[in-house]
Amino acid sequence: MNLKNIAVIGYGLLFVGLLLAPVLGAYPVFVMKLMCFALFAAAFNLLLGYTGMLSFGHAAFFGGAAYVAGHVIKVWGLTPELGLLLGTLSGAFLGLIVGFFAIRRTGIYSTMITLALAQMLFFVALQAPFTGGEDGLQSVPRGKMFGLIDLRNDMVLYYVVLAIVIAAFLLIVRTVHSPFGQVLKAIKENEPRATSLGYDTNRFKLVAFVLSAALSGLAGALKAMVMGFATLSDVHWTASGHVVLMTLVGGLGTLSGPLVGSAVVVLLENKLGEIGHALAEMSGIEWFSTLGESVTMVTGLIFVICVLAFRRGIMGEIIAWLQRRRGEGKL
Amino acid sequence: MEFFGISLPGLLSQLLLGLVNGSFYAILSLGLAVIFGLLNVINFAHGALFMMGAVITWMAMNYFGINYWVMLVVAPLIVGVFGVVIERLLLRWIYKLDHLYGLLLTLGLTLLVEGVFRSVYGVSGLGYDTPDLLSGGTNLGFMFLPNYRAWVVVASITVCMLTWFVIEKTKLGAYLRAGTENPRLVEAFGVNVPVMITLTYAFGAALAAFAGVLSAPVYQVSPLMGQNLIIVVFAVVVIGGMGSIMGSILTGLGLGVVEGFTKVFYPEASSTVVFVIMVVVLLIRPAGLFGKEN
Repeated sequence: MNLKNIAVIGYGLLFVGLLLAPVLGAYPVFVMKLMCFALFAAAFNLLLGYTGMLSFGHAAFFGGAAYVAGHVIKVWGLTPELGLLLGTLSGAFLGLIVGFFAIRRTGIYSTMITLALAQMLFFVALQAPFTGGEDGLQSVPRGKMFGLIDLRNDMVLYYVVLAIVIAAFLLIVRTVHSPFGQVLKAIKENEPRATSLGYDTNRFKLVAFVLSAALSGLAGALKAMVMGFATLSDVHWTASGHVVLMTLVGGLGTLSGPLVGSAVVVLLENKLGEIGHALAEMSGIEWFSTLGESVTMVTGLIFVICVLAFRRGIMGEIIAWLQRRRGEGKL
Repeated sequence: MEFFGISLPGLLSQLLLGLVNGSFYAILSLGLAVIFGLLNVINFAHGALFMMGAVITWMAMNYFGINYWVMLVVAPLIVGVFGVVIERLLLRWIYKLDHLYGLLLTLGLTLLVEGVFRSVYGVSGLGYDTPDLLSGGTNLGFMFLPNYRAWVVVASITVCMLTWFVIEKTKLGAYLRAGTENPRLVEAFGVNVPVMITLTYAFGAALAAFAGVLSAPVYQVSPLMGQNLIIVVFAVVVIGGMGSIMGSILTGLGLGVVEGFTKVFYPEASSTVVFVIMVVVLLIRPAGLFGKEN
């Protein structure tokens, strides 16, 4: 069995699992949140994994779009589909601005620029009148999509979100395999060489940046709609760190990595308290039961371990293992 | 006396506060530049090390009654030793990798350290007294000068200048600069580069902690105090470029002053002005004010 078949089976199982999840008793809102983060991480990976640019400002696109979508739906009374559209566009627009400055420098400077600009947006969100300051934007109504589909029903919303996330993911897959995506990979491998082959690398990088930001915006807008709120924590730099972690844990530059990574990270954060209690019971060490309050600590630890020992990430390791086995003729 | 509709004492006191902030920017961006030069790592943990300096001082004062002046020396030493441990245990494995892994590793460290302190102290600010010797202020006639703030500015500038002197004018500094240019060649001349790298990181960490101790009576001491500061310092580094030591010092102080001015004339923009300047500098001089185009 070759890698491609394994991948098809894997994605097939995932698809069926997601289709059946709410029927089988999973809490739909939680799974929707997972899907939003999976899309966010996949969009981020398009930039880091396939273009080689580390953006530390993706929270700006995610959170900014969440605010825009929440605002236009709640205050302007627009329909959900327009909210999502405007959210995505605002992500793209912010991406254009941040990307324009980020590509003026390379490497680590570029990363610091994205971080600084995103922090600027954080302060704007903190002070601007329409974001609700510390409280954020609360109780965003879900409304009816195209005037027909009633999103107030969790189950209906679930399948709408699933369809949107799958469509966006397919767009990412298509982009990666397109000639455009190949040029991005070439830039990642060796930018001077790509330039010498006649590609205007800055333009390619900017387009990749905008695309990634737009899809992150879509993820943010979706999250605002699902959860019904947009808060400062979505635009804070820790959210940018989060998406880096998800991508890193799952596997940089693999299509499935961000999906797996986001699921692992979100699940871990939500279940850390329970895991801690279980560990405390098993080992008899009381300290473990406080684990739920130490999410940052655990996140930091995962970061350190990943960077030191596990740079390929979960999917990266699995793919490498499968390739090795095939190389030995066992598979 | 009035100045554009703002009283002169008010203006000057904001300016002084700006200089205080600028001193911290200067020390921190200086440390970042020195570490980056030799280790090729952007030390995200700098903010956490800064915080450690402040919190350790608070702990020593509250639990053991050790005074401020002792801690001004001891806290940087402790954090410096912590820096040695980090460098030996973690950082040395990633020098050959892409820059981004250095950033991610130190980010992880930041979360880890902040998380540990948070689980002990929570996120609220801890009270911290100005040392007796420096409490109160001096009336200069045209303004009231709080002694402690004046001391912060003087102490920081002294430390920055000492660092500049050691790096630019001494033999040790020459090794360091040579190590930045070509570590393998320096090693071939018999200089122990790995030890030099470890000590450089420890020195940068100690500098950050020193700023932390200084900052404790001015800012609220809390486990998260380094978090937002470090991002402003990143912007400072982008504006100044990491090419020169003096550049880092001047940019840090200058931006602090600009921030202070903004607080007087347009307070809403005071938290974003550094980032706006960064954008302008990137448009005009992408390599930074003191950076070298490569």
